[in-house]
Amino acid sequence: MSTDYETVIGLEVHAQLLTRSKMFCGCPTAFGGSPNSQTCPVCQGMPGVLPVINRRAIEFAIRTALALHCTINAGCRFARKHYYYPDMPKNYQISQYEEPLAVEGWLEVAVDGAPRRIGIERLHMEEDVGKLIHEGTLETARASLVDFNRSGVPLMEIVSKPDVRSAEEATAYLRALRAILLYLGVCDGNMEEGSFRCDANISLRPRGSKEYGVKVEIKNMNSFKNVQHALEFEARRQAKALAAGERIVQETRLWEADKGYTLSMRSKEYAHDYRYFPEPDLVPLKVEQRWVDQLRTTLPELPVVRQQRFVSQYGLPAYDAELLTQSRALADYYEAAVREYPKPKIVSNWVLSELLRELPGDDEAAIARCPIPPKNLARLLALIDDGTISGKIAKDVFEKMYRSGEDAETIVRREGLVQVADAGALAAVVEQVLAANAPAVEDWKKGKKQSLGFLVGQVMKTTQGKANPAIVNQLLLEQLPKPS
Amino acid sequence: MPTIAELGARYRSGETTPTQVVESYLQRIETLDPQVRAYLTLTRESALARAEATEKRLKAGKPLGPLDGVPLAIKDVICTKGVRTTCSSKILENFVPPYDATVMVRLNAAGAVMLGKTNMDEFAMGSSTENSAFFPTRNPWDLARVPGGSSGGSAAAVAAGLAAGALGSDTGGSIRQPAAFCGTVGVKPTYGRVSRYGLVAFASSLDQIGPFAADVRGAALLLQAIAGHDPLDSTSTDIPVPDYPAALGQGIQGLRVGIPSEYVIEGMDPEVGKAVSAAIEALKGLGAKTEKVSLPTTNYALAAYYLIAPAEASSNLARYDGVKYGYRAAGGKDLIQMYGRTRAEGFGPEVKRRIMLGTYALSAGYYEAYYGKAQRVRTLVRRDFQQAFERVDVLACPTAPNVAFKLGEKEDPLQMYLCDVFTIPVNLAGLPGLSLPCGFTQSGLPIGLQLIGKPFDESTLLSAAYAYEQATPWHARAPALP
Repeated sequence: MSTDYETVIGLEVHAQLLTRSKMFCGCPTAFGGSPNSQTCPVCQGMPGVLPVINRRAIEFAIRTALALHCTINAGCRFARKHYYYPDMPKNYQISQYEEPLAVEGWLEVAVDGAPRRIGIERLHMEEDVGKLIHEGTLETARASLVDFNRSGVPLMEIVSKPDVRSAEEATAYLRALRAILLYLGVCDGNMEEGSFRCDANISLRPRGSKEYGVKVEIKNMNSFKNVQHALEFEARRQAKALAAGERIVQETRLWEADKGYTLSMRSKEYAHDYRYFPEPDLVPLKVEQRWVDQLRTTLPELPVVRQQRFVSQYGLPAYDAELLTQSRALADYYEAAVREYPKPKIVSNWVLSELLRELPGDDEAAIARCPIPPKNLARLLALIDDGTISGKIAKDVFEKMYRSGEDAETIVRREGLVQVADAGALAAVVEQVLAANAPAVEDWKKGKKQSLGFLVGQVMKTTQGKANPAIVNQLLLEQLPKPS
Repeated sequence: MPTIAELGARYRSGETTPTQVVESYLQRIETLDPQVRAYLTLTRESALARAEATEKRLKAGKPLGPLDGVPLAIKDVICTKGVRTTCSSKILENFVPPYDATVMVRLNAAGAVMLGKTNMDEFAMGSSTENSAFFPTRNPWDLARVPGGSSGGSAAAVAAGLAAGALGSDTGGSIRQPAAFCGTVGVKPTYGRVSRYGLVAFASSLDQIGPFAADVRGAALLLQAIAGHDPLDSTSTDIPVPDYPAALGQGIQGLRVGIPSEYVIEGMDPEVGKAVSAAIEALKGLGAKTEKVSLPTTNYALAAYYLIAPAEASSNLARYDGVKYGYRAAGGKDLIQMYGRTRAEGFGPEVKRRIMLGTYALSAGYYEAYYGKAQRVRTLVRRDFQQAFERVDVLACPTAPNVAFKLGEKEDPLQMYLCDVFTIPVNLAGLPGLSLPCGFTQSGLPIGLQLIGKPFDESTLLSAAYAYEQATPWHARAPALP
């Protein structure tokens, strides 16, 4: 029975840092350059080259470590991790091993209300590898090409403790971590492009047991949904195996998203001995307290704090506050709109439903490209309030604003969408509608109250939605015979 | 042959021109190098072009730097933009670096003229230059003998007058030992004094580039040009570089010279011992005070070195895999086979031996017992020197326990490793060391005296060596080449 087991999950996140240059050389990190256009002898692993630490990358990592309540080690070291693969030009990766940048932090995660602290084991720096491009598939390719543009891009590895207890909690942890990285501006958080990657270690143990079971590493999960499904699948697989009296093999398994299962990599994997040793080309890195203190002053308001503030300051439901604060850019957008149009819940509704439906994402880039600036959204909402347009028309105007980038007034004026609130002009329409819908009027007389709604709708239709519904309502009630 | 300082003086006086000098060196190389075989690659055209550039500066009345128009030989482990850099290995036989090592940038800026790239033990692993994948280099004093190694090509070029000076690299004695075998001056600077950027790495925590010259002043001039902090090398040190030539001629009155008692080993050539003792007496005669010091960890230094250096080498040489540059074996069915064949065919036996040793020393379960322990020995070796330098200014000892041996004479790798027993501790401690001629054997082979200094105190080494050199006749001798 699967309920006899407790799921134990630890997560490893690799986050690409948004520095302009690479970890150990001056090459640009921009995504999408033509192959090998952003390389130099250092990131190509030429004979004789030496690494030089990117100070900005270390600062990004320290700021992240502070946001995760980590202890920052006063001295840390880089180490070489050895394995052979053509995407890695030196056949070793400069990483950190025994002396990481930071250790012992935590991140608060809430699933179904009660927040829990997930421990952070360590945070360290390393360099990314290049990319292989196969002619066709890996198995059938006649040749493979190497692109070193990504080689040497700074990576931060954040390893959680085995504190996560469910797939939901795992995705909640990842969302919270991603939100922090976005707030700090150190990573763009793009999972599909691989700038935010996650591997998971998962094991099961009899509920109540203190000892860990045999863990399995899951790779190849490039979305939150994949993480959730992969971990749910794997927990079920292990539970079934354990229930059948099988032993769990310590191995790496790949999540096959299309097929919905995990598959063992063991046939292709070699038992790796990474032969770590301290990188002799770099002197130990001293992190002075003064530097850390200075960086601490640059930390922004972090997601959890902002979320709480949204609830207390704007009176928003926790659900709204959480969604609005997932991305710093989105939260900034929201607050800018509320400043112009101080009805927080209405703004929240529009941002969460209308705006997020149109935007390709909630990250900085998506918000930056948003064709409706916050003050235009605020103006649109003000037009509803002052009776210029109806709420229904406002949704159409919003769509047009999004397509064209124009402001609400321009669209409303040009398209003649101003609401008709003139009782004289509407009276004629009401008369016409009553004449054309005799059966509905009969129904009304018989006491069928729904008829009123139908007749309002007919008036709205005739005026192409421009009639002020309150006035139409009033006019109809005046003109309809009293129900018998 | 004129010294480096003499060349500059002659250019300025108009006695000769850089073009004439470079042409005469190229001529001499053409005549003599087929016997010595110091060079792997000659850069005739660019050398003449650079000589001409110096000449133009001279004619334009611009002040000449001390290395302007000075013809140099560069060990083939130092990257030279557009000029093939092989490390005497088949795996890099056709490798042409797209960049210059920092030392080359500095030499070029100083107006120096590279004549070519010199032969060496493959990837600087060896003490005889017999480990070159291409051919061995001969000792100009006796062509049947080795020039030492691994910088044997550079040492032989200077000794045979095929270059006015040279650069080599020293990981465990690779400048000092061939300097001793060839009767030249060779300096291994303090670790961090000279940038390693562009030096093809053998053992990163031990490697240093340094100069060869026929006399101490020449070595000082070369060191002056290449020393100093380099932002591209995080292990280079930001300590001001003193004026080395200015330190020469200050005399050594009162200099405290330590004589390490452990630097006498069984099987040492008695002629070496005698010459070094005489040299120490000569230093005394020049006003130095000598005293015996003890470096008790010396006996373990060689063993520690042969764990640390191969460990780092196994890592540094991992990049030669046939994927990006250099040799790739044909016919591999898959990636693993391509890697395996490339490295099996591309590396020579000594390189393979050290990759195996180093891979083993870093393996999980063995790391602490081998690499970890060797690092602790290294700390003790460094402490020995620190304690000695509380009492003395320099240490004096033989550079090598023997003189140049015959080609093929040392087939046992362990016998070969013993050649560096007096030089290796200096690398482990990161100290500066210098070798200069202090006599000849009965059969006319040069003997080297090693002076070891405090960190970043190359000035004292050079000044002591200069005082000794000026008081003795050895540097004036030249090999009689047919």
